[in-house]
Amino acid sequence: MSHRNYSEKIKEISGVNPYKCMKCGKCSATCPSYNEMDIKPHQFVSYVLNEDIEALADSKSLWKCLSCFACVERCPRDVKPGKLIDAARQIVVRERGGDYLSADEIPELLDEELPQQLLVSAFRRYKR
Amino acid sequence: MQRIGVFVCHCGSNIAATVDVKKVVETVLSEPGVCHAEDYPYMCSEAGQMKILEAVKEKKLTGIVVCSCSPRMHEATFRKAAERAGLNPYMVEIANIREHCSWIHKDMEEATKKAVILARAAIAKVNLNTPLQAGESRVTKRALVIGGGIAGIQTALDIADAGYEVDIVEKTPSIGGRMSQLDKTFPTLDCSACILTPKMVEAAAHEKINIYTYSEVDKVTGFVGDFTVDIRKKARSVDSAKCTGCGVCQEKCPSKKSLNEFNRGLNTRSAIYTPFAQAIPNVPVIDRDACIKFKTGKCGVCEKVCQAGAIDYNQKDEIITEKYGAIVVATGFDTIKLDNYDEYAYNQSKDVITSLELERIMNAAGPTKGHLERLSDGKAPKEMVFIQCVGSRCSDNRGKSYCSKICCMYTAKHAMLIRDKYPDVNVTVFYIDVRTPGKNFDEFYRRAVEEYGVNYVKGQVGKVAPLPNGKLLVQGSDLLDNKQILKEADMVVLATAIEPEASVRQIATMLTASIDTNNFLTEAHPKLRPVESPTAGVFLSGVCQGPKDIPETVAQAGAAAVKAIGLLAKDKLTTNPCTAKPDELLCNGCSQCANVCPYGAITYEEKEVNDHGIRETRRVAQVNGALCQGCGACTVTCPSGAMDLQGFSNRQIIAEVDAICR
Repeated sequence: MSHRNYSEKIKEISGVNPYKCMKCGKCSATCPSYNEMDIKPHQFVSYVLNEDIEALADSKSLWKCLSCFACVERCPRDVKPGKLIDAARQIVVRERGGDYLSADEIPELLDEELPQQLLVSAFRRYKR
Repeated sequence: MQRIGVFVCHCGSNIAATVDVKKVVETVLSEPGVCHAEDYPYMCSEAGQMKILEAVKEKKLTGIVVCSCSPRMHEATFRKAAERAGLNPYMVEIANIREHCSWIHKDMEEATKKAVILARAAIAKVNLNTPLQAGESRVTKRALVIGGGIAGIQTALDIADAGYEVDIVEKTPSIGGRMSQLDKTFPTLDCSACILTPKMVEAAAHEKINIYTYSEVDKVTGFVGDFTVDIRKKARSVDSAKCTGCGVCQEKCPSKKSLNEFNRGLNTRSAIYTPFAQAIPNVPVIDRDACIKFKTGKCGVCEKVCQAGAIDYNQKDEIITEKYGAIVVATGFDTIKLDNYDEYAYNQSKDVITSLELERIMNAAGPTKGHLERLSDGKAPKEMVFIQCVGSRCSDNRGKSYCSKICCMYTAKHAMLIRDKYPDVNVTVFYIDVRTPGKNFDEFYRRAVEEYGVNYVKGQVGKVAPLPNGKLLVQGSDLLDNKQILKEADMVVLATAIEPEASVRQIATMLTASIDTNNFLTEAHPKLRPVESPTAGVFLSGVCQGPKDIPETVAQAGAAAVKAIGLLAKDKLTTNPCTAKPDELLCNGCSQCANVCPYGAITYEEKEVNDHGIRETRRVAQVNGALCQGCGACTVTCPSGAMDLQGFSNRQIIAEVDAICR
């Protein structure tokens, strides 16, 4: 698949129209993993628009995003950068193929301290 | 049979580039009644109109079809041309082949086909047109201004100065509006009250202006030039004629726990109150929901202390009915509720405030007597954060889609004033864009940065969290430095979006004035008729039409006044002859038409009719042509087909539909 097609795929999976972004930066202002990320949440949008998907796929951000969806919740323009990165992650996971985790394995691995949010995020990342 | 001439306009390339005008001319020549057809580059030009005049003379035309732009543009032009040629102006029909055809299609063949169909429909209609005579209606030389803020005051002053009587209806106890709540105004930093109160006084003293405060519009009937309005003067419980405005009642009133609306609920007021010191009229009202006398029957302190004997607990709402020729809406705005914006902690901390609340805090008559202090503990702030675009420019259903327009400038003002008065306070402004179009506006904003050291950060704030130490943790973006900022602030000020005052919906409904999805009143034309409502005789002044600052509001208020004066200066208005007309023989007297008529134009009378030789008295509908606006609601409601709209008769419309479907 060409990068252009990846870009279209991300828009399709996420259901997001990145052109709606007004570059206010509220997503990056709200992100709890901001300091861990090499590509910042507000940059996800331009990476998709510029079809620079390889960089996005290779980024640390792809795996540092907690899928907490604070950016999705607070984005004033319905651009939802969290959904974009989720879609990019899904594409990468699909390309690699295979499951990392099945639902049956979860109870054993479960840590009482683990936030439930992370569990949901783990499903999103690792489920086929 | 009519003798119809068809004139097809190119409108430069607007029509001709998409519609084959020659082909339209060729095709319509075979339509029934058509005895002349031609095309011309600009039918609306003087030369184009001459084409109509010449053809009427040479071909003895009795009806005209112009295939051109929307009738909203040039119907009047072509009707006048027909009149000059000696035809009745209502023998002209417009086929809109621009907005309805060439502008919305790309394929020439298809567009040409559609243009022919639209022309055919218009021709079919003209074949059934009959000459109509416009009537006249009178103009009541008095204007009503709804809303007593700066917009309403300025409109009223301008109309009154032209020599016409004006009534202002204001729902709060005093005129003055939002501007009276502001401390300073941009970009000159002069005190708001100092420039507003002279206008308030002038309006109150003007012999042509009559002010109804603590009053609301209850009912509107009639039409342009001849509106009848019921105004509800709410019971003040104080006799305005006797009250001297000494203020003792307010001092002595034992009920002092009502939220002070004028100070945005930041402190409390007594149950008997005037909203602010310079209120006009300087006559208090009793808030009956808060008054102990009204709640328990025991108290009456104000009555005892009033030397003038002005307190009247038995006062009742009074309805005043008045006639007006023109109505100006100047209902203004309010800030939006922030319940949808939990991330800014407005409902969690007293130290997160709106900009309008900051205006009151900065004002000498405000809750802190003009001292900048935290409302939670009264301490002086050291770190202040301003957040722009709170609820503005949102497409997520939480806020408003539009830019509120005034926030960039008032935030620069606030930041500058704070840095000037309290140089030890650090001020940070988080912005998405700084929008400062306007005379001396950008210079003003730059001064805030360059001379007063206000720290502008490009980026939005994501979250404000109250901390156990009483401070507010602000988490925001600095997009230019690609950093996330965490800042402990003492106070956070939200540039809250503005929206039209809630009561405007009800008023618009009463006036049948159209309103957009954001509750702003719609203009008759966004560029060329910006201060008129599409409803004749209704004009728009101030923020009720769209966000604007004080200079723009005053300019628009003057423009609305001029439009109202232009109407009031006329002795008679020409009425639209396209009104409903009942067929007495078909009418069964069921009253359904009268029930749906929004203008109260239909009455019933017992009338002797001759139905095919049978003489009998029947109850039949009558239409008052002066009241009827030709909306057609009655014609579609009438079960027996007795009601018809002149100029848009059922036969004409069916003929058009037939022509389209042919």
